[in-house]
Amino acid sequence: MSTTTIANREVHVNDEGFMTEYDEWSEELAPHLAAAIGIAELTDDHWKAIRFLREDFVDQQETATLRRVTKVGGIPTKQLFTLFPKKPAKKMAYVAGLPKPRGCV
Amino acid sequence: MTITDHPSKAAALVPDFGDEETDRKICFICSKGTLDMAYPALIMANGALGEGIETHIFFTFWGMDMISKKTQHDLKFTILGNPATHMPQGLGGIPGMTAVATKMMKKQIADLDVPEIPEFLEMLSDMGAHLWACKMSVDMMDLDEDDLMDQVEDIINVSEFIELSDGAQVIFV
Repeated sequence: MSTTTIANREVHVNDEGFMTEYDEWSEELAPHLAAAIGIAELTDDHWKAIRFLREDFVDQQETATLRRVTKVGGIPTKQLFTLFPKKPAKKMAYVAGLPKPRGCV
Repeated sequence: MTITDHPSKAAALVPDFGDEETDRKICFICSKGTLDMAYPALIMANGALGEGIETHIFFTFWGMDMISKKTQHDLKFTILGNPATHMPQGLGGIPGMTAVATKMMKKQIADLDVPEIPEFLEMLSDMGAHLWACKMSVDMMDLDEDDLMDQVEDIINVSEFIELSDGAQVIFV
């Protein structure tokens, strides 16, 4: 497992750059992760999705899929595509310091 | 909060989300109206849309059952003609068996938290999928636009489909 430096903090990541240690993430890190993938500002709507993913991961031990973020988290699918353009599931997971979702739907 | 400086970025390992413009495009042709044949294209389309790929779904022949308001809530699965169920084929002919098999499959799908067909199509449409109905099938089945779910963009003929699928990867189901 390798490490990388985000906002002057060393964190463990997989070979793609997704953080691997749940507890190494904190809310201060999220804007830096977002900026690194081209999301300049995290709005309240972004935070709603990020916080849902973080809480849901504790319960489920896996990252929520888009459908789950919509169905359980209550954030419309269309909005997720606006907040995290093109690849919302992966981008949300990255900013939330979680692995990519594994579920197909 | 806006981040303007990130001195560590150059050194940071960041996933490549392939955000540069891509012309990759996928077209699915749904030609079957049974439950087990309706899902594969939708699941793959969901995956494609999640990857930011332009996705079209063209419904033709029995695939019309997936988008017709009258039938889309009532797709069925049958043992008959499907040896992959590993059930005696004679069982499939018993009255009520198709209903039982359908109920079982719907439960298995629901257990995976995969939506039913109408809700699935609404979700794909929200993700940006383009849904198209086949003109010849519409004519043959005596349907019109009002019979089809609202998410269907238009009724198009084959030459229009061939035009819009130019350069796309086409998957026939």
